[in-house]
Amino acid sequence: MTNGLQSHRLPQLPGQHGGELAANLMHFARVLREVGVPVGPGALLHAASALTAVGLRSRLDLYWALSACFITRREHQAIFDQAFHVFWRNPQLLERMMSLMLPQLRVPTSDEADKLKQRLADALNAGSAASREVPEEEILEHRSTLTWSDQETLQHQDFESMSQQEVLAARRAIARMDLGVRPQLTRRYRSGPGRNIDLRASMRALAKRPDCGITLATRQRRKREPAVVALCDISGSMAQYSRMMLHFLHALTRDQRRVHSFVFGTRLTNISRSLVQRDVDDALDSVSQQVCDWNGGTRIADCLLRFNRDWSRRVLSQGAVVLLITDGLERDDSALLAVEAERLSRSAKRVIWLNPLLRYDKYQALAQGARALLPHVDDFRRVHNLAALEDLAQLLATPRDNRMPVKRQAQLTVVQ
Amino acid sequence: MTPSMPTDVDGTLAMLSAHDYIADRSLATSLFLSLSLGRPLFLEGDAGVGKTEIAKVVAAATGSPLVRLQCYEGLDIGTAAYEWNYPAQMMEIRLAEAGQSETAGLRERLYSDAFLTRRPLLEALQPAGAEQAVLLIDELDRADEPFEAFLLEVLSEFQMTIPEMGTVKAKTPPIVLVTSNRTREIHDAIKRRCFYHWVDYPSAERERDILRRKAPDLPDKLSSEIVAFVHSLRGMDLFKSPGIAETLDWAHALTQLDVVSLDPAVIDQSVGALLKYQDDVARLRGTEAASVLEQIRMEMSREGQ
Repeated sequence: MTNGLQSHRLPQLPGQHGGELAANLMHFARVLREVGVPVGPGALLHAASALTAVGLRSRLDLYWALSACFITRREHQAIFDQAFHVFWRNPQLLERMMSLMLPQLRVPTSDEADKLKQRLADALNAGSAASREVPEEEILEHRSTLTWSDQETLQHQDFESMSQQEVLAARRAIARMDLGVRPQLTRRYRSGPGRNIDLRASMRALAKRPDCGITLATRQRRKREPAVVALCDISGSMAQYSRMMLHFLHALTRDQRRVHSFVFGTRLTNISRSLVQRDVDDALDSVSQQVCDWNGGTRIADCLLRFNRDWSRRVLSQGAVVLLITDGLERDDSALLAVEAERLSRSAKRVIWLNPLLRYDKYQALAQGARALLPHVDDFRRVHNLAALEDLAQLLATPRDNRMPVKRQAQLTVVQ
Repeated sequence: MTPSMPTDVDGTLAMLSAHDYIADRSLATSLFLSLSLGRPLFLEGDAGVGKTEIAKVVAAATGSPLVRLQCYEGLDIGTAAYEWNYPAQMMEIRLAEAGQSETAGLRERLYSDAFLTRRPLLEALQPAGAEQAVLLIDELDRADEPFEAFLLEVLSEFQMTIPEMGTVKAKTPPIVLVTSNRTREIHDAIKRRCFYHWVDYPSAERERDILRRKAPDLPDKLSSEIVAFVHSLRGMDLFKSPGIAETLDWAHALTQLDVVSLDPAVIDQSVGALLKYQDDVARLRGTEAASVLEQIRMEMSREGQ
């Protein structure tokens, strides 16, 4: 096995121009990094040895060899595809294009470069890795071509930056928060009092002090917080809450390791990767670049359907809890909404609905959408008056209003 | 490297094809790289696209034993890698106490090979009676995150550290294939150590080839109809699109039912072999199946002309 020092040297590349090829490879890796595909130096070394192995006879083999080395998730395939075809035809062209995309290096645009830029911007959009180097007006222009309904208003949201005090307050608030989600027992063990005998630890103790006889060590099951999947409504009727909600999701992401966040208005967007950034303002900036249906209409049923089809099996495994943050004002199709909400409740361990409209004690789910959702949630909480995260934390820290799962309560109301 | 290893991408394709696995060139390239450079191959894709099958074929083609580790939540070192044989150890201690066995060097003896129970990962590093093993780590997404961390050492160094014994290193590194159904994202640290390949649904042409190999009794016309039908289902935005495994199941079911040509009634009876979610089945029952069938009939007759 090539190991240690040997594998850390760049292997001799095939062909007469091995050196040039290595330089090109490095250049290509840099281009990929630039458009949001993380390519480390390790992957580069592997790519070099992969090229030596497959040879340079066929362009197709080159493509798949580099793809196997540089790509680690399927979403990046589209970007890789674009970059590959442009780069390995004419590297200078791509270089020029990249320099066009960086704002500080503006050069007069040529027709050809324009066309290419559009293509790469397409790839960027499809791959959900919105590069922040792309000038904003370009994105807006490009996204308007994606409009698939006139009900849909596409706009971006500017968030005020968060003051240091707010950040601290948020962190304190999150620490106090109680989602009503109990840690789950896992199938992993650690030593501690319990009914399970830890034979390995017992034997180890015995080997240390063989004269003391066998004392049995015990072990207990570990507990861990379940994953949280947040589905947050950002349509017009929820506009005043969206900033707060995103702060909440960011704080939750920082606090807990396994959080998947989605926002939806007329389309569903996964914003988990954006929220991973440490700085809350950077994270929110990146979200606002990525999402394009702020404050528009709402299609809850449609978005839940997309979530169920495309994401539920990827994020709801191992006992995840769903936080559904919406006012339930759905105009489209409440029959479909009921079906999709039911499927959601069957694939998630718990569904908790946070509803900002629930501000009166005598709130009744009159809107069609709300009535369709209600029978399929486990817990139903009011989150009115959301000026600060503090309030939300307080709300979530108070004991649950409903002792009985909403699923069953709703059945009772129907009977009456 | 054993002599039966392919030396280029075409050779890999031929090797797979000789064992009735029809792969496309992208998969063959990734597999060839993984074999020739000795790095694990990470296969991701929907259920039923033939990920596990690749490992079986590679094992058969290279003549190496296949060691399979099926992942599940809570999988730990004791079931995945090795376990000390505690009852035997205790017995040995009792014997030593009773003077029936040597007390000198008891501790070394207790933690020696004789008391070690080998589980799949250790077995793959030191296969009994073979030079090299094919290690299949199946459905890694079903295991929990802590287990992934344990795999890191095995996947990159092909060695395993047993605290009581020291480090066990493979003489010949095993051929490692990792599969995932993507029910959760596998950590980048694992993927970084592997060649990554997304196994997609096959093209119609390739699927017809697969049917011809795996169900040779099927009439040509019926197999074309089956493939066309399954392909239009995959375009229908179902909750779970049928994979190749489902296509084959369905083809075998239709053979059992003595069907020579598709019709709505037959589809209705046998759709359970193809679709596994009630929503999808309900959607296909009735008019939808008939209209899809009509569509593919029209396309096939157009192609035939």
